Amino acid sequence: MDRPNPLFRNLWSKIAALPMMLIVLVVFVGGTAWTVLFSFTNIKIVPIFTPREWVNGFIGLANYQRLFNTDRWMNCPGLTHIGRSDWEPTCMGALPNVVTYVILAVVLSMSLGFVLAVLMDQKIRAEGLFRTIYLYPFALSFIVTGHVWAWIMSPEYGLQASVRAMGWTSFDFGWIADRHMVMYAIAVAGIWQGTGLVMALMLAGLRGIDEDIWKAARVDGIPAWRTYLQIVLPMMKPVLVTTFVIVCSGAVRIYDLVVALTDGGPGISSDVPTRYVYTNFSANLGQSLSASTVMLVTMAVLLIPWIRMEFGKKSQG
Amino acid sequence: MHSVSVKNLTLKFGAAEVLKNLNLDVSEGEFIVLLGPSGCGKSTLLNCLAGLLELSEGQIWIKGKNVTWAEPSERGIGMVFQSYALYPQMTVRGNMSFGLKIAGMAKDEIEKRVQRASEILQIGPLLDRKPGALSGGQRQRVAIGRALVREVDVFLFDEPLSNLDAKLRSELRVELKRLHNRLKNTMIYVTHDQIEALTLADRIAIMRGGIIQQLDEPHTIYNRPTNLFVAGFIGSPAMNFIKGATVNGGKTFQFGDVALDLAGYEGGAILDRSKVILGLRPEHLSIVEQAIPGQSIPAVVEIDEPMGADSLVWLEVEGKQMSVRVPFEHRPQAGAKVHLKVDIAKASLFDETNEQRI
Repeated sequence: MDRPNPLFRNLWSKIAALPMMLIVLVVFVGGTAWTVLFSFTNIKIVPIFTPREWVNGFIGLANYQRLFNTDRWMNCPGLTHIGRSDWEPTCMGALPNVVTYVILAVVLSMSLGFVLAVLMDQKIRAEGLFRTIYLYPFALSFIVTGHVWAWIMSPEYGLQASVRAMGWTSFDFGWIADRHMVMYAIAVAGIWQGTGLVMALMLAGLRGIDEDIWKAARVDGIPAWRTYLQIVLPMMKPVLVTTFVIVCSGAVRIYDLVVALTDGGPGISSDVPTRYVYTNFSANLGQSLSASTVMLVTMAVLLIPWIRMEFGKKSQG
Repeated sequence: MHSVSVKNLTLKFGAAEVLKNLNLDVSEGEFIVLLGPSGCGKSTLLNCLAGLLELSEGQIWIKGKNVTWAEPSERGIGMVFQSYALYPQMTVRGNMSFGLKIAGMAKDEIEKRVQRASEILQIGPLLDRKPGALSGGQRQRVAIGRALVREVDVFLFDEPLSNLDAKLRSELRVELKRLHNRLKNTMIYVTHDQIEALTLADRIAIMRGGIIQQLDEPHTIYNRPTNLFVAGFIGSPAMNFIKGATVNGGKTFQFGDVALDLAGYEGGAILDRSKVILGLRPEHLSIVEQAIPGQSIPAVVEIDEPMGADSLVWLEVEGKQMSVRVPFEHRPQAGAKVHLKVDIAKASLFDETNEQRI
């Protein structure tokens, strides 16, 4: 008898997986490829799918050139106006905004989440209750979080107004009305929402550490904080990488929180790339596609090394 | 002065008493093995000695100092764990020196100690590697090294060889014995492996249910088990037990139609008891062709298990199985009707009601 064709092994599982694979191929890979390809054209509206129209509309890197010359995308007088009188040390625009947000979200929610997880790890009473409380914001929609924080931080009737009403009339907390501070206001809301998840992931990582490591460290006379920082934290690398990827990809995609909290304001000072892409989508599609491609490439550059490091070594055995 | 002294130690987890009013005195330089089935409290006792668990009652003294409430690092102990518990991101040198560095010891003193320990354990070439690049046996040496550099009086071992394969385990066992001979430190060693216990220990403490059942030299534990549990736990293949009664003023052990003469039994006053268990180790029985009145038991050969030099022969006696260890070339045919000669001087008698040795 002939050796059975390996193509037909587990045939039914392959048939069952086919629709999902098709969707991934068409929507994910196809959509991404279409976005990248048509970012080099001058198209204005969807749908355009034919190669002929791609050739006719081809304008090379013009969209990217225009994108980086648009103040709303990126306006860095610090880079181009060095030595001139209108030099400013700050970068404004959607791209620098999201970079600020990602850095704040990653650094603060990861360190806060770790500290919370360590506190939670002290065999406290009612751990389940506290875990639920900290995880609760994560169950909310960003729209809800955005609106709640918009009220809290509103200068007219939020925290600032309440504290001033109590007598501290010089109290100032108008971050969402200040174009230099508004991204920090958004970061506060985003970190409030995301830290619980980080804590839960880190707690799972802490619980995965061999009990004997702790005992050995105590016999060695190593203080608890040093054990956490110098022994346990490095052992949690897989959890840290996973958490980093989750927080990072979530932060880059930030959209609904900005829409609900500031809607890009004041002015366009809290605009982010996703919002930029969306608002340009109907009128200026080529711009929108090139902005998406920039985000895609940024994410790829950021994540691929991590992913290769994490999953690459396992396949080697 | 005792090296380690445990006084009326009781440990409770909630309502459950894990260790019950335990007393243990360990002399300077002694190698004590805590042996017992899982859940007997042996590891728990070791953790109490290390200061990793808080006692409910009682005291622990090490080197004449009451350390009941002292931190683990202040007790003058070093500890080795089953899972090695090395710090994975540090080199072997880092693992051995980290604790000393934290304690603020001078650099050259640390280096001297690490060199000495690595020379004793022959891990010099591994000093700059990380634990991930070491074999199980090497890792455990490093873990021992980490205890060694502390230059303490008492070493605690928590099943240090259980994660190793059989060959490595027997190699490291011998090395541990050499190490003890060389260092002459007090060592307290937890294991569930009776071979480790019998080979390493100066004295073995057999534990069950949070109580030390017997604390004695290996030879005594093996030949004069103090109760039925110890008798059954120690010895592989296990001791044969025969239920019967003592009659004739304690001069005869009777079961079924068989009567065994008890003259020569080493123990207490036997008296006439209706419920007695006779314990016979497989190597204290021998197979003979002819019955010897008062000294042998009739039996039928079932199967034999060759074990290299010896063979373990299983026989049927009065409807029960018994095992006898015989030289391989003397093993009988299956189905043969033979007699088992009993060496009563090496037998153990237990009162069935309280399970204590008579």
